[in-house]
Amino acid sequence: MLYAILCYNDEAAVGGWSKDYDDKVMADLLAVQKPLVEAGKMGPVARLMPTTAATTLRKTAGEPMVLDGPFAETKEQFLGFYVIDAESLEAVVQVVRDLAEANPGMGSYEIRPVRDFFPGAQVK
Amino acid sequence: MNDKEADWIGLTLAGARPKAVAALYRYFRDLDFAEEAFQEACLRALKSWPRNGPPRDPAAWLILVGRNTGIDTVRRRARFTQLPDEERISDTSDAETDIADRIDESHYRDDILRLLFVCCHPDLPATQQIGLALRIVSGLTVRQIARAFLVSEAAMEQRITRAKARIAKSGASFETPDASDRAERVGAVAAMVYLVFNEGYSSAGDRAETRGTFAEEAIRLGRLLLGLFPTEPELMGLLALMLIQHSRDAARFDADGNIILLDDQDRSLWDRRMIDEGLALVDKALRHRRPGAFQIQAAIAALHAHAKRPEDTDWAEIELLYRTLEALQPSPVVTLNRAVALSRIEGPQAALDLIEPLDGVLGGYFYFHGLRGGLLKDLGRIEEARAAFAIAIAHANTTAEAVHIRAHLDKLGGPPSV
Repeated sequence: MLYAILCYNDEAAVGGWSKDYDDKVMADLLAVQKPLVEAGKMGPVARLMPTTAATTLRKTAGEPMVLDGPFAETKEQFLGFYVIDAESLEAVVQVVRDLAEANPGMGSYEIRPVRDFFPGAQVK
Repeated sequence: MNDKEADWIGLTLAGARPKAVAALYRYFRDLDFAEEAFQEACLRALKSWPRNGPPRDPAAWLILVGRNTGIDTVRRRARFTQLPDEERISDTSDAETDIADRIDESHYRDDILRLLFVCCHPDLPATQQIGLALRIVSGLTVRQIARAFLVSEAAMEQRITRAKARIAKSGASFETPDASDRAERVGAVAAMVYLVFNEGYSSAGDRAETRGTFAEEAIRLGRLLLGLFPTEPELMGLLALMLIQHSRDAARFDADGNIILLDDQDRSLWDRRMIDEGLALVDKALRHRRPGAFQIQAAIAALHAHAKRPEDTDWAEIELLYRTLEALQPSPVVTLNRAVALSRIEGPQAALDLIEPLDGVLGGYFYFHGLRGGLLKDLGRIEEARAAFAIAIAHANTTAEAVHIRAHLDKLGGPPSV
């Protein structure tokens, strides 16, 4: 089954990382992904820009509104995702544990089984 | 605790600093006191976090602990001096309530804005504003700031102490600002953040460390500010401008620290991530249709970033944007920049005609003479070009600038000038 792993963290904290630390974390996260990619288990992965760069289109009764944000009042923001193919929830939890260890500190990962998956084109 | 966890704690303390010091400043109404309380809270965090795990909200944890230790200190001092000083502590009645209750982002917003705003006190010269912001808000050490400004640590310490005294004397406002106060503060703070950035941007090629530190801290402050006011297009413009300019950092100087002009830079060295975020922010800002100086400058920077090769640069659009900037914020330096764009569209004579009248106001400005020399050279007026370059060298602010003009002079050939 396909699972999406949704990553949440305090973007202010992540944005405050030094370049060295950021590079180190990214290298360690890539190391977790590598065997899964080689085994054909890891699908698309994205790290998103901070929500200050985001725009939201909100549907209304009339014309949809295009707004800056989201400005959720929450402490943690949606900062990236993975799509992986796994045998069981237990297997996904193990991958997420590895990711969490590569990126210590605060934050959380939401594991969501995928209902429909459209791989789309190979975009760059 | 492994290395990365230790790094993480350090970064988290640094990241929580603006929010925590800002809140502690509101409680204690004294910058030194707020800083001391924050330091104390950090020491406790270093002991407690590795053992108990990080708190859910590090900033709130630091504020609560900092406040409690600060209150203890005030009580102790009060006992020693026999002077009850309780009024220095504002609003401590809720000290026992749950941390979650006090997490009120709008409150933090005005706290952080206040902390940034006191650093741009109009009585303080630009260098003191920059020094103060880097010390108090960013938490750089006096040594780091002194090194960046090429002064002794003692001299920088003295400057910062003097600046703090000035602020304490004039008294910051602890009232909740109204909308117009807030807008004014945001404007002043944005200008100060760009000062920090420019201090780094204009420092010489052999000072990569300073350049990087100032630029990164300014970008961090820009992010902080935009995070507080996420619908403010000028703050999107400010952050975009800094990101796009800083994206070229690796390409701006050669191995000897000499300037490489935009046209000659290796564009593959530009940082694509910074450019992309900058472009995204410019796009967002433009949707607001409330143009401002930072947005226009960011849009100009974006046009340069869009060009894959120098010859792809849309100089006509850039000239138009400088025209808009001139109308919005008239300044001879903006006109000078427009002249550069104009020379690319209409040729050197048109640009020279535009800048000649500026000799009076920009007579002491390095770039004016450098550009004038370049235009004269293009027009074949070699002797006049040589004279202009010589004046430019006399007004150079850094060795890199002088070396750069010297190279132009050398290309002109003829008798070597002194």
